[in-house]
Amino acid sequence: MNADRITEKLNILADAAKYDVSCASSGSKRKNENKGLGNASNGICHSYTEDGRCVSLLKILLTNHCIFDCAYCVSRKSNDIQRAAFTVQEVVDLTINFYRRNYIEGLFLSSGIFKDADYTMERLVRIAKKLRTEHDFNGYIHLKSIPGASDELMLEAGLYADRLSVNLEMPTEAGLKLLAPDKNRQDMIDPMQFLKDEIILRKDEKKLFKKAPMFAPAGQSTQVIIGATPETDQQVLQSANYFYKSFNLKRVYYSGYVPVLADKRLPALNTDVPMVRENRLYQADWLMRFYGFNVNEIVNQQQPLLDLDIDPKLSWAIRNMQAFPIDINKADLHLILRVPGIGVLSAQKIISARKYEKLNWDQLKKIGVSVNRARYFITCNSQEFERRDLTGTNIKQFILAESQSKYLKNKPSQLNLF
Amino acid sequence: MTTLLYDGTFEGLLTAIFEIYDRKLNMVKLEKVEKYGSAMFEDVLKVITNEASAGRVLKGLRLKLSPNGLQRLYVAHMAEMPGEENNLVGYIRYAFDCKQNIEDDYGNRYVMRVSEIIRTVRREKHRMEAFVRFQKLKDGVYYAAVEPDFNVLPLLIRHFKSRYADQKWIIYDLKRNYGIYYDMHDTEFITLDFSTITKPGEIISAYTEDESIYQSLWKNYFHSVNIPARKNTKLHVRHIPRRYWKHLTEKI
Repeated sequence: MNADRITEKLNILADAAKYDVSCASSGSKRKNENKGLGNASNGICHSYTEDGRCVSLLKILLTNHCIFDCAYCVSRKSNDIQRAAFTVQEVVDLTINFYRRNYIEGLFLSSGIFKDADYTMERLVRIAKKLRTEHDFNGYIHLKSIPGASDELMLEAGLYADRLSVNLEMPTEAGLKLLAPDKNRQDMIDPMQFLKDEIILRKDEKKLFKKAPMFAPAGQSTQVIIGATPETDQQVLQSANYFYKSFNLKRVYYSGYVPVLADKRLPALNTDVPMVRENRLYQADWLMRFYGFNVNEIVNQQQPLLDLDIDPKLSWAIRNMQAFPIDINKADLHLILRVPGIGVLSAQKIISARKYEKLNWDQLKKIGVSVNRARYFITCNSQEFERRDLTGTNIKQFILAESQSKYLKNKPSQLNLF
Repeated sequence: MTTLLYDGTFEGLLTAIFEIYDRKLNMVKLEKVEKYGSAMFEDVLKVITNEASAGRVLKGLRLKLSPNGLQRLYVAHMAEMPGEENNLVGYIRYAFDCKQNIEDDYGNRYVMRVSEIIRTVRREKHRMEAFVRFQKLKDGVYYAAVEPDFNVLPLLIRHFKSRYADQKWIIYDLKRNYGIYYDMHDTEFITLDFSTITKPGEIISAYTEDESIYQSLWKNYFHSVNIPARKNTKLHVRHIPRRYWKHLTEKI
């Protein structure tokens, strides 16, 4: 092994892959069979980068050679950068040796498009196949589905990979046309549709025959870049909601655009990464998936943008004061989940604990409720509760006054005159 | 107030519970024998661990708690968190004194505390599953040293045994001076004698030749995936507290 050459390739191809934010290694049920190597189940973050993101998988490109010229991408054809390509064996060796040392949960393999879609996809599949069949590797494998690859290759990919993903790149078709004129949204949706149908089919098959092979057990995900094109949060979340509903996606990732290239269609190079907006989008995404919120309750024609100062749940609550206060000792779970300052775990604990006795503020605090936020919206087993007739704006001011958002330290919010 | 001194084992804890009910004690404090200082002007009772008494308490607990609840209690005790014995005693007494199962009664301070202890221990266990860094020795064994906050090594066996079924490995707790060794069939607890190693060079020579290459590749990878424009040191340190750094290849 030529250590220097591998190191150089790894640096180039890991660097080019890092803008793909997904690093999930959960949701698969792959067991270690016949004393092979590894398993995949709940997902473990083995390390964290200095920007605070989880490192769970060996996330690399097979190559950063690419025939496309997408404006937002570092690997675009017209960008003058160093190019490199791994061989199949090199990726396999790296994966196995990192895995055996407990550095990673598995491999996340993506690639620039060289020659054509099938040629690229075939290489990705070959690596997954080799790991599974020749090395008895049961760790997690996430493969990119290359838009335009043939159904046969996608089928094979699903048999070896735990998760497959196609990046939508831009939240809307118009955004994509603007920045990636060579790419076609339909080409991305086709493999998604194909895999969705195939996953459902294989699941039914597995119910009948236990020995039926697993097919992409961790499902599909996608990623959209935000802040590179002028879409509103409403457009972003509506689009995410559509993909969750129509394609059973496990996750939609929102990647705040990191200005890496000068292009008049893109934000200037010195623009800040929209990290607060990204964070708010994830919070909204969680509300849709775990808190029973409908996308239109979070963003709509009147509120096309998420409030950057406060989280979307608090923002919804102060727009809907008529729904509060609720009695924590009586209300249904789905209402308790809507209270700012109460998360899913605390809500479940409340439901369990109140069967024994009525809960008071102290107990709620111990259970993990953030009482300084929740107190404006609930009553409990106590004579103390918010008696003033506060408006939503009052509450927002009170809460903002006592909590300092980690992101907004040096950026006081703009005066809101209306 | 009666102070009960016990040997620190789970059986000892159960025997202490037996004594409390047998002697109809009300206000009690439980402490480990070795932690106890000098003789005070207080009521001290030395608990002598007794299998029969412990067995009776365990039988009673089985009626009051679900198998999972009992397992959680055992894990909470095994973690050896200082000063938590009294909360465990409180939990067990509350379980015995109530008619119904109390495992979900989070309004009760002992139930809430035990749930917090379990969460803390689980987090430490999960951290170890993440932060163990094996180094390959010349004899083919993958060796990792750890210093967990609590005694979680026994909780790690199942995970590592099913994941690394085809390689020999050792995970060694330097703080508590014992480790687990897996020989591709079973695991056993072991103690290593580090006193014979005098020079750091002797340790390095025990590693395989490609060990340093993969370590350096991993470090390179770790730095390549970082996006400097998104630097967030606070978040980074919250996820990997500094006390774990010395055993993390990428942070050394």
